[in-house]
Amino acid sequence: MIWNQTKECMSRDEMQSLQSKRLVKLVDRVYHNVEFYRRKMQELGVEPGDINGIEDIHKLPFTTKNDLRDTYPFGLFAVPQSQIVRIHASSGTTGKSTVVGYTRKDIDTWSECVARAFAQAGLNRDDIIQVAYGYGLFTGGLGAHYGAEHLGATVVPMSTGNTKKLTTMMKDFGATAIACTPSYLLHIAETLEAGGDVDKIQLKAAICGAEPWTEQMRKQIEEKLHINAFDIYGLSEIMGPGVACDCIYHKGLHVYEDHFLPEIIDPDTLQPLEEGETGELVFTTLTKEGIPLLRYRTRDLTSISYDKCECGRTLARISRFKGRSDDMLIIRGVNVFPSQVEAALLEIGETSPHYMMIVDRVNNLDTLEVQVEVEEKFFTDKISELENLTKKISHVIQQAIGLAVKVKLVEPKSIERSMGKAVRVIDKRKLV
Amino acid sequence: MFVHQLSVFIENKEGRLEQVLETLKEKNINIISLSLADSSDYGILRMIVSDPEGGKDALKENGFSAMLTPVVAVRLRHQVGQLQVLLSEICKAGINIEYTYALSTGTDDASIILKAADLEKAAGVLEKAGVEFISLEEL
Repeated sequence: MIWNQTKECMSRDEMQSLQSKRLVKLVDRVYHNVEFYRRKMQELGVEPGDINGIEDIHKLPFTTKNDLRDTYPFGLFAVPQSQIVRIHASSGTTGKSTVVGYTRKDIDTWSECVARAFAQAGLNRDDIIQVAYGYGLFTGGLGAHYGAEHLGATVVPMSTGNTKKLTTMMKDFGATAIACTPSYLLHIAETLEAGGDVDKIQLKAAICGAEPWTEQMRKQIEEKLHINAFDIYGLSEIMGPGVACDCIYHKGLHVYEDHFLPEIIDPDTLQPLEEGETGELVFTTLTKEGIPLLRYRTRDLTSISYDKCECGRTLARISRFKGRSDDMLIIRGVNVFPSQVEAALLEIGETSPHYMMIVDRVNNLDTLEVQVEVEEKFFTDKISELENLTKKISHVIQQAIGLAVKVKLVEPKSIERSMGKAVRVIDKRKLV
Repeated sequence: MFVHQLSVFIENKEGRLEQVLETLKEKNINIISLSLADSSDYGILRMIVSDPEGGKDALKENGFSAMLTPVVAVRLRHQVGQLQVLLSEICKAGINIEYTYALSTGTDDASIILKAADLEKAAGVLEKAGVEFISLEEL
C-alpha cells in the first residue's frame, strides 16, 4: 500500500518544482533565524535571493556533525524554544551530544514519513507492531512509535532489554510486525527457535535499521522467521528513522525527498556526482522547522537512482550503504568513533596509545573488544592488579562511548604499527 | 634475604611461552624454578633464573614486558606439615600471601618461593621462626 500516493508517486518535474519551492522558503528561513547559516552564507557571498530552486543547491554551505557540536546545545535551532515540543540527542559522542529539537509540525512530518515506511512494508491499522528500539534520547523508539500510531496500528512499546517478555508478548498478542535493529531481531529469532516458538508467532514483517546490515543478513532473518524484512534509514540530525525505507522489491531505499532533499557528492572534492555514482549522501531538510539543516554531510556512502520503482513509487532511491567516509562505527545502534576510545585510554594515562578495536557479531549481537598493549610502565606480575587495570580501562571506555566493552591486554608491540594511517578497527561483521 | 624473580607477561596464544624460553636459552640463562599464572586472555610467567637482570634485559629487547620482583626462597624439609607450620607464622602476623610455588634445589628438600603483600615483614617473621633462606648463589 502507498500511504501518500500524491507525494510518493509524483512525476520528477512535479517533485523538483515542489523541492525548489520548499528550498527557497527554507533558505530564507535559516538566513533570517539562524546566525550560524547567515554567517556561513555571507562568507560564501550568497544571499537568499540567489537561491531560486534546487539547481542552486551547490551554492549553499555544507553542515557537519561538528557544526552541531560546536553550537551545542541549541545553536542551530531556527525557532524559539517555546515552539520546540521534543528534544532528542545522539548517543555517545566525545563530551558533547548532538542535540536536535522538533516542533509540533516536525513531529507530524516525522510520523508521516515513518507511516509511509510501515505502509511500504505492507502494514496498516489492523497490525500490531512491537517497537523494540530503545526509547529515550535515541530517535529509534519514539520515532517508530509515533509513526506506527500515525498509521493507526496497535503499538506495543517494548523498548529493548527484555527479550523473554518480548517473545512472550509476540506470541500472546499475535504481533504482526516488529521494529528493531537487525542484530537484535536475529537474537530474537534465535530465542524463538530455541524455545520452538517460531510456528507460534504471527509476525509477517520487520522494519529494521539504526545499524548497517547486509543483504545476506536480511535474507537470513526472513528465512528464520518466515517474514519480510525491510531496511529503514534515518539519522537524528535529519529526523530519525524514516528518512528512507525500502519496499517489497528491495531495490534501494525510497527517500522521502519531498521532505529530505538528497545529493551525492565526492567526499574529497565536495563536487556533486552523477546518478548511479557512489559518493557521500548529503541531505537538506526541506520542511523542518526546529533544526533545519542545509546540505548535512551524513558520511554514509551510497549512490542514487531516479528510476520509477516496480512498486509504483517515483521517489529517489539510494542503494544499500557501501560504508562511510569517516571512521564512525555503529555498534548495537550506538555511534562510536575510534578517537573516543583513544581519548579514554589517554585519560587513564597508564596505557599506551596503541590499541585495536575488534567489532564482531556473536549470537547476533554486536560485540566490541578493545585490545590494549601492556606497557612496561604499568606491567605488574600480579594477576589481580592486571585485572583491576582491565576493569578500569573498560569502565573509562564505557563511560566515553556508552557501550559495554571487553578489554583484552596484549603484549607490547603486538598491535601492528602502520606506516600510513593507523588501522584501529577490525570489523569482522562485514564478513557476515 | 630476597631473591629476584623474573616475571613476564605472555599473551594467551600459541608459541609465546616457547619464545620466552628461547630468548633465555640464547643468553644461556638457566631456569631454576617457574610458575605460570593464567587468566583467559594472558598469563604471567614467574621464574627464578641464574641471571635475573640479564634475563630481564634480553626479554625486553625481544619486545616482552618483563620485570623483577623480590620474593623469598625458603628451605623446607621434605616432611608432612612443614609448609603449614611456616604459613601459620605468617598468618599469625596477619600478612597476606600473594603467591607461592615450589622451588627445585636439586637436593632432598621441599623448598618454596613465597611472595607476600608485606615481604619485609614476612621475611622478618620467618627469620624469627628460624627459617632458612636460600640465596641465588646457592641455587
